[in-house]
Amino acid sequence: MGKYIFRRVLYMIPILFGVTLVTFLLFNVAGGDPAAQAAGRYATPAQIQAMRVEMGLDKPMVVQYLNMVKQIFTLDWGRSWSSKQQISILIKEGVGPSLSLTIPAFILTLLISIPLALVMAYKRNSIFDKSLLVSCLALISISSVFYVLAGQYFISYKLGWFPIWGWDPTWEGRWDYVALPLLIMVILSIGGDILFFRTVFLEEMYQDYVRTARSKGLPERRVLFKHVLKNALIPIITLVVLEIPFLILGSLLLESYFGIPGLGNLIYRAIQESDFPVIKAMTIMSAVLYIVLQLVTDVLYALVDPKVRFE
Amino acid sequence: MKGKSLWSDARSRLRRDPIGMISFVVICGYLLVALLCATHLGFKGYNVVDNSIAYQEPSVVHWFGTDIFGRDVFDRAAHGTITSLTVGFFGAGLSVLIGTILGAVAGYFGGFADELITWFYTTIDTIPYILLVVAFSFVMGPSLTTLCLAIGLTSWIRHCRVVRAEFLKQRERDYVQAAAALGSGNLRRIFVHILPNTFHLILINFTLGFISAVKSEVILTYLGLGVKPGTPSWGAMISDARLELSRDVWWGLAAATIFMFFLVLAFTLFNDALRDALDPKLKSR
Repeated sequence: MGKYIFRRVLYMIPILFGVTLVTFLLFNVAGGDPAAQAAGRYATPAQIQAMRVEMGLDKPMVVQYLNMVKQIFTLDWGRSWSSKQQISILIKEGVGPSLSLTIPAFILTLLISIPLALVMAYKRNSIFDKSLLVSCLALISISSVFYVLAGQYFISYKLGWFPIWGWDPTWEGRWDYVALPLLIMVILSIGGDILFFRTVFLEEMYQDYVRTARSKGLPERRVLFKHVLKNALIPIITLVVLEIPFLILGSLLLESYFGIPGLGNLIYRAIQESDFPVIKAMTIMSAVLYIVLQLVTDVLYALVDPKVRFE
Repeated sequence: MKGKSLWSDARSRLRRDPIGMISFVVICGYLLVALLCATHLGFKGYNVVDNSIAYQEPSVVHWFGTDIFGRDVFDRAAHGTITSLTVGFFGAGLSVLIGTILGAVAGYFGGFADELITWFYTTIDTIPYILLVVAFSFVMGPSLTTLCLAIGLTSWIRHCRVVRAEFLKQRERDYVQAAAALGSGNLRRIFVHILPNTFHLILINFTLGFISAVKSEVILTYLGLGVKPGTPSWGAMISDARLELSRDVWWGLAAATIFMFFLVLAFTLFNDALRDALDPKLKSR
């Protein structure tokens, strides 16, 4: 087991190298002169040159690349071009608001979609199954921006149930602002989730162990809720774990529309202002998170299923 | 007795599937709308500016009202079909092309080529999709071409995985061994013998890619990375709706959403029908 984990950790190194390389190539090589971008539109050549020295862009490419890699381990991402604040502080401040939107929305979505999908699979091809199937397909065919705009217009602006925009940093005050984006986030993800879980459950139902359970004379209900659900847990857990980076990253769309000062909003503003260091930091940070969580899921698999270890 | 090929079998299955046929007709309808717009034979009001009738409510003359410049919203939404079909076709086409080539090479040759390509797509897969698209758009500057390239260059990974797995499986099959024994080279074995057997996967992934490309256009336009301002597109109409709604102008949002809804729904249902028709494993069920 220790050997497997060691091998799996070693495997992270080339991926990490790849991520930093792609990011570096995109922003420092192909993306034009970062110094000219940072200095602004009206900078003189001398100012740009000074900027270049300040940013370390006059050094060879290899040194620049190594500097970027160093940032990952020191967690010091430098400063934002637009607000001049420390990026590490901006990130730290953004995590809380993002998570207070995404975690409740994610849990609520799972709590609704898993039981519904299970019942749909149990009563497959019934009216209940078919009408829910059609509703889910309709839900995911509508643009996500529509839900945000329609929710803001009808529920906040016309009915006045929730504030349209804003944020309260205190724990008690923020739920007023979180409520509507949370609801919209559930609607955004529930259609796809139900369809996914239904497919997972249906696929399990054609496995041999299900036939065995049925032939033993177990009632369908028991087969489904005991055997199928247990085995379907693996794809479900994978989905949940790999969703974590996106929970931390927050929702770009919802946070920017509702003025929630989370990481999604940070990315949105960075895109609007071409704030390369912030985008670069967020790209690498989320990639590293994703790699680490993939490692965790793989190790968990190996613990559960000995076959994985010898592959 | 003559055996039925996969494709003729699939065609007859698809014909017997009413939902699949209806969605196919709807997709053809959109193609017709795009054609009428591109040739300026229909939906002519999309660029007729008349400030005196700005923001008119839906009426018999203007089915979905008019926008800030008095242009017909319904006609603009119809013209947005061109943008969406272009992004969908070229975005998904590029992604399927890259995915197929890399997947075929990795799966067929194995060894170092496989490891290199697997490393490459695992790396790209690790970076969040939206940030990758944003980075590409920054590098190339916003335009319709950028949109297609950004979507195509970032969304091929899923397809590449599928094709790679299929080639791994197929290269050991007897028919490929027989082709090798008859002296056909690697390229001939890949393109003439194995590739036609993975074509159903390419088709299914193309329609899936089409859907996500059309959806991505809206999000990217909202981020300011979409088509040039002034080009009719559903993404632009939906983005503009943010300001319009504060004046109770809802018809721009409605028109773009309805146009997009039926296109995406038709493609989703057609994809399902296609999968049912082409997947031999489902036949017995």
